[in-house]
Amino acid sequence: MANHESTVREPLILGDKTWHQITEDISFPVEGKANKWWWIVFSISALTALYGIGCLAYTIGTGIGTWGANKTVGWAWDITNFVWWVGIGHAGTLISAILLLFRQKWRMSINRSAEAMTIFAVICAAIFVTMHTGRPWLDYWLFPLPNQFGSLWVNFNSPLMWDVFAVTTYFTISLVFWYSGLIPDFGTIRDRAQMQGKPLRRKIYNILSFGWSGNARAWHRFEELALVLAGLSTPLVLSVHTIVSMDFATSIVPGWHTTIFPPYFVAGAIFSGFAMVLTLLLIARKTLNLEAYITINHVESMNKVITLTGSIVGVAYLTELFISWYSGVEYEQYAFINRATGPYWWAYASMMTCNVVTPQLFWFKSVRRSLIATFIISIFVNIGMWFERFVIIVTSLHRDYVPSSWLIYHPSFVDIGIFIGTNGIFFTLFLLFCRTFPVIAIAEIKSILKSSGSQYKK
Amino acid sequence: MSNKRYWKGHAELNPTAEFKQSVEAEFPENAKVEELLGNANIGDTSSNRRDFLKFLGFSTAAATLAACETPVNRAIPYLNKPEEITPGVANWYASTFYDSNDYASILVKVREGRPIKIEGNKISNVTKGGINSRVNSSVLGLYDSGRAKGAEAAGRQITWDTLDKEVKEKLAAIAAKGGKIRFLTSTIISPSTKAILAQFKAKYPTTEVVTYDPISYSGIINANQASFGKAVVPDYYFEKAKVVVSFGADFLNTWLSGVKFAKAYGVTRNPKNKAMSRHFQFETALSLTGSNADIRVSLKASQINKAVVNLYNEIAKKAGASSLPSGSTEGDKAIAKAANELWENKGNTIVVAGSNDPSVQTVVNGINALLGNYGNTIDLDNYLNIRQGDDTKVIALLNEMKAGGISALFVQGVNPAYTLSGFADAVSKVELSVSFADRADETGSLTKYLAPSNHYLESWDDAEPKVGQYSLTQPTIAPLFKTRQFQDSLIAWADLGGDYHSFLKSTWQTTLQPKSTEGFGAEEFWVRSLQGGVFETPALAATAATNVADLNAAAAKATKDNGGNTELVIYVKTGLGDGNQANNPWLQEFPDPISKLTWDNYVAMAVSDMKKLGLTWFEKGDNWEQADVVSVTVNGKTVKLPAIPQPGQKPGTISIALGYGRTKAGKTGNGIGVNAFDLVSTSGGFFDYQNLNVSVTKTGEQYPVAATQTHHTLMGRDMVKETILTDYIKDPKSGNPDLFIQTTNHGKQAPTKVNLWDDHPNDRGHRWGMTIDLNSCIGCGSCVTSCTSENNVAVVGKDEVRRSREMHWIRIDRYYTSAMTEERAEKEGVGAIDKFLAMEDAEENPSVVFQPLMCQHCNHAPCETVCPVAATTHSNEGLNQMTYNRCIGTRYCANNCPYKVRRFNYFKYFDNEQFPFNFNDDLAKMVINPDVTVRSRGVMEKCSMCVHRIQSGKLRAKKESRKVTDGEITTACQSACPTNAISFGDLNDAETNVAKSSKDERGYHMLEEIGIQPNVWYLTKVRNRTKEENEA
Repeated sequence: MANHESTVREPLILGDKTWHQITEDISFPVEGKANKWWWIVFSISALTALYGIGCLAYTIGTGIGTWGANKTVGWAWDITNFVWWVGIGHAGTLISAILLLFRQKWRMSINRSAEAMTIFAVICAAIFVTMHTGRPWLDYWLFPLPNQFGSLWVNFNSPLMWDVFAVTTYFTISLVFWYSGLIPDFGTIRDRAQMQGKPLRRKIYNILSFGWSGNARAWHRFEELALVLAGLSTPLVLSVHTIVSMDFATSIVPGWHTTIFPPYFVAGAIFSGFAMVLTLLLIARKTLNLEAYITINHVESMNKVITLTGSIVGVAYLTELFISWYSGVEYEQYAFINRATGPYWWAYASMMTCNVVTPQLFWFKSVRRSLIATFIISIFVNIGMWFERFVIIVTSLHRDYVPSSWLIYHPSFVDIGIFIGTNGIFFTLFLLFCRTFPVIAIAEIKSILKSSGSQYKK
Repeated sequence: MSNKRYWKGHAELNPTAEFKQSVEAEFPENAKVEELLGNANIGDTSSNRRDFLKFLGFSTAAATLAACETPVNRAIPYLNKPEEITPGVANWYASTFYDSNDYASILVKVREGRPIKIEGNKISNVTKGGINSRVNSSVLGLYDSGRAKGAEAAGRQITWDTLDKEVKEKLAAIAAKGGKIRFLTSTIISPSTKAILAQFKAKYPTTEVVTYDPISYSGIINANQASFGKAVVPDYYFEKAKVVVSFGADFLNTWLSGVKFAKAYGVTRNPKNKAMSRHFQFETALSLTGSNADIRVSLKASQINKAVVNLYNEIAKKAGASSLPSGSTEGDKAIAKAANELWENKGNTIVVAGSNDPSVQTVVNGINALLGNYGNTIDLDNYLNIRQGDDTKVIALLNEMKAGGISALFVQGVNPAYTLSGFADAVSKVELSVSFADRADETGSLTKYLAPSNHYLESWDDAEPKVGQYSLTQPTIAPLFKTRQFQDSLIAWADLGGDYHSFLKSTWQTTLQPKSTEGFGAEEFWVRSLQGGVFETPALAATAATNVADLNAAAAKATKDNGGNTELVIYVKTGLGDGNQANNPWLQEFPDPISKLTWDNYVAMAVSDMKKLGLTWFEKGDNWEQADVVSVTVNGKTVKLPAIPQPGQKPGTISIALGYGRTKAGKTGNGIGVNAFDLVSTSGGFFDYQNLNVSVTKTGEQYPVAATQTHHTLMGRDMVKETILTDYIKDPKSGNPDLFIQTTNHGKQAPTKVNLWDDHPNDRGHRWGMTIDLNSCIGCGSCVTSCTSENNVAVVGKDEVRRSREMHWIRIDRYYTSAMTEERAEKEGVGAIDKFLAMEDAEENPSVVFQPLMCQHCNHAPCETVCPVAATTHSNEGLNQMTYNRCIGTRYCANNCPYKVRRFNYFKYFDNEQFPFNFNDDLAKMVINPDVTVRSRGVMEKCSMCVHRIQSGKLRAKKESRKVTDGEITTACQSACPTNAISFGDLNDAETNVAKSSKDERGYHMLEEIGIQPNVWYLTKVRNRTKEENEA
């Protein structure tokens, strides 16, 4: 990769690191012992995850009736959470694939954790999409499996079918991409374990690294694979949320039936994904002492992406309002008037504030370079994006065509429990990841040391 | 007992001591564990840890394997097949339903010996095939496990022999000392039962029968006695009436014989004839009848009586009769208009009043007499027998009982401990009290003996609901429990010999057969009557009548009370009637046609009154279906009930429904709502179902209520199209203009032409379709319970209805008009947000529309495309079909259904203690229709257009090598509709009723513009109003 970079650009690696120091810094959390804080946060996350799993078990044992859905609002928190989690996953793919192809070097220190986040977010999303069915034990019928039930086949017209393909493809590619990137770093940890006299660790990481040899051919193939997978992942960044949006866009529900959904959903997904990456990394860089690698410069770059995608989302919201008026369709018009002024006005207002107003603060350089402000706004965006999905799903359904069926939706404790539970699962997995996998791609970050390290910019 | 002995081997045949020991040791019952473990040498045994683990492993594996076996449910075939039963084929028996509220000649569908469905008997000239929700739900009452299992004395089971012996002994003793024996019965319309009672009286001469109608029409009977010397309830011929004026009489629903009147009324409401009847309704609470009226005026209860007198005066002016004392009311303008129209159509009008006050009814008689309606639309000669109660005698009996003057009391068909205040005390003073109730209900648990009578589906009986119109009740199943029908008990106690069946048969053969003009022999006459269910003799000539009552006195009495601040009206609710079927979960979950509430009664109030009291309610979702509780004090009695806003309720009045607050109805009905019979007072010897001065106060408590519809206005949408008669005559398409979609390249197109999809080939074979005439539909909900019973629709209970998860496949949407309209918003420049907010509120006295809604079986069904597993698909006969087995429950189809008619099984509703209704009761499960799958948890369901009925109709036609004829296949909703609003049939056969009515100018598809091409048409509602009246 390019080895010259203007000295005007801010360095991407601070603290005049040597190659060895980089290895030491990044391997430290994996090789050292967890501190008190890790255990506290891990315990809380694991307990929440357990509570969520309990709620899931209750749902499977008793029925979807334990949720708040009703005859009019058939989807509510379940699909809201599904879309939210899938959206969060998007940042990882964007960072690992598109930014790689665009040779954005600042991705080197965040791609690993962002990809991990993708995997964990898609796992959480998968929980909702598999558990929201009335008979989850028959979910395998969603796959076009040859069977003995006669000529039974899936319905390829159904956007839910497309969803199955989109999400499974996405998960598979993301997992492979992420794992293949980990291989050289696993090799590093294995080799270090050998020297530190940790035979068990050596054995485990040897298996995980597929016997990484580190010779030139291996490196060559590694780089080629990264490029191929980046090429494969790039369309996925666009396709997954496009298809998720079609769950709504191809329906006839006023407020869902909108052609703007695919770009709007993709922008929203990247928007929420970056916000979640920021939320996690701002904590991780502090607790794992990675300030030298995840710099204020990185934060600022991500905030710029957030501002861009947040503005796209804002324009989409306004376009929706305009089109509903322009369409002249009374149901469409009412759907949007009701969204903004009906019983769920507070959800719409939260969405507008969190998604459209707060990211605009990043136009101020002082705000987008402030860690505290960034953290707060990233939380706002996460909340706002959850409300966006809630607004789309619930406020469109609760008052659609026939006024006699208009209803109010109320979540049950199980709905809330499962949502909190998936957050627990997500954080538990992320915390385990921090302690067992190098959170920054060691090999990749080293490749930019000479071009972007602080000592080379002096 | 046989002496043969079987053996398995020689050792067993000739056992040695050793063998015996080994047999005993094989399965040691009392293994001496302590002895074994206490053994000092236990360590020396050959069993070691490994063996222990082996045994543990083996037993766990064995237990696991044993648990894998699926339980086998065996169906046992008939050893000797009864001649009349073919498994899989239903038998239909004609019978009669009469429960002292409703009369209907019915057909009972019996499958494999089990009655499972009630439908109307079209042969009957009285009800003409009409039934209502109470009648078609009654089949579930047969399988009510709360019914008494046998005779009881003071709560403990006794044999019928003991009961007979003790009752006879006591009767003999009472008769010997000349003690008074009284029967307190509901109206008895059975001539044979009356004959039995007469014979009983011959045996015990001190017997008197007191007839008690808990919902009394004594006022009418009394007024007719005063006016015309005929103490009867006349028959009303609504089919002949051109103008109908009703003062609080809910005659399409619960008043007298709603089924019969609704059928007749429907005849006059067909705009095809270019004429419709005019219907004025003056009432306090919004009734089903009032919501169908062309002109509805809401008045305080105290003003209704004055309005009756004012109508008399207006008519008298025209007839030249002298006027009566009265006062002015808010409704006088409408009264004058009604009077004009009545006078113009003299002789072809009907004026009715719901009041039980004979003075009001006397004035009504005066009006009808002035209009010359007697002998034409009102018939005193061919009168109705279905109400014969005499309030004065009931009150007198109660007083006599309290005084200890009654020695024996037999209670049949009524539940006075529930409906009659003071009965509980009174009955304790009676020496011998016997109830014939089907369970130890409020009365049956107080009387000394309970001699439970059969369910009507287990009984023989006859009925003469109207003079000369007879019908038979025949058993369709052997008694499920050790019950005995009332008449057989009387036969036993009066030593009349034989049984009621033979008595009934001989009565018919001796008294009715001679009246038959068809010349059948006695046996054939009986068999044919039984088969058809009815025997009808020609009507007598109806004569005109002249009023001889003192109208001045009546009017003075009727109008003397000016009422207080708040007036109470106690009314009869569609679902529960007088509460005798309170333990029927179908009826409890049946949404009230007006309020759409289930599982409760409540205080209906005007919105303005609620605001005055500072009450909040559940609408608009700010408060999740919690209603504020008010306490209502009536004559010192206080009840606490949730308050519900009811458009159309006159401000300054409240209304409460009867039929709730049962305490001993059974597990479903107990403790639901509050008993409003406690608030019924007596006035001048008549039961008074209103109270003109009550106090209502807010309690501060809240109470959850369960409604199936929480949004009540159409929001300016044209789901329900309507027009007025004059416009319709000018242009039959008025109110229903053709719909076009503007396209970019092809200009204006019909929605069916703008299409993404290929059409289903539907020009060959059958194509099933339905039309629903919104003009005929009165919103009664008979279709809802009929569908529930036909299609095994689960009852989910109040909590789940509150979560809006009721399972009804057909619902009736009820909309009120709002003061805000599109036109008004445009004229007054109201913005969209304010407009829609205002549109959510109903008017104070709204017009009402009803729209039955079930799956519309769209040809381009939005549900079909979105199902990922193809569980819902289109049949080649135009039906949208649901494959339960394939459904995994994504609920996308329900989200994408614009009509929201799909219902999801959120829980397992059968064999689940959480839902203690008919699917969780071994006995009540017998009502399940074997042709329809009981849906499991997690699958979607919806209206199938009774596909099993279609299938059986097609098979029948195929077997007989002919085409399916029109009307041969009916859906459950269609067959239950008392006004024939629903047509169903093959659209590909141009001659069918449905094919013709779908092409009617009034026909339209709901939400046609979204291009989903439903197979259900609605026909525009036509109101018989002038333009001014319609816009007022």
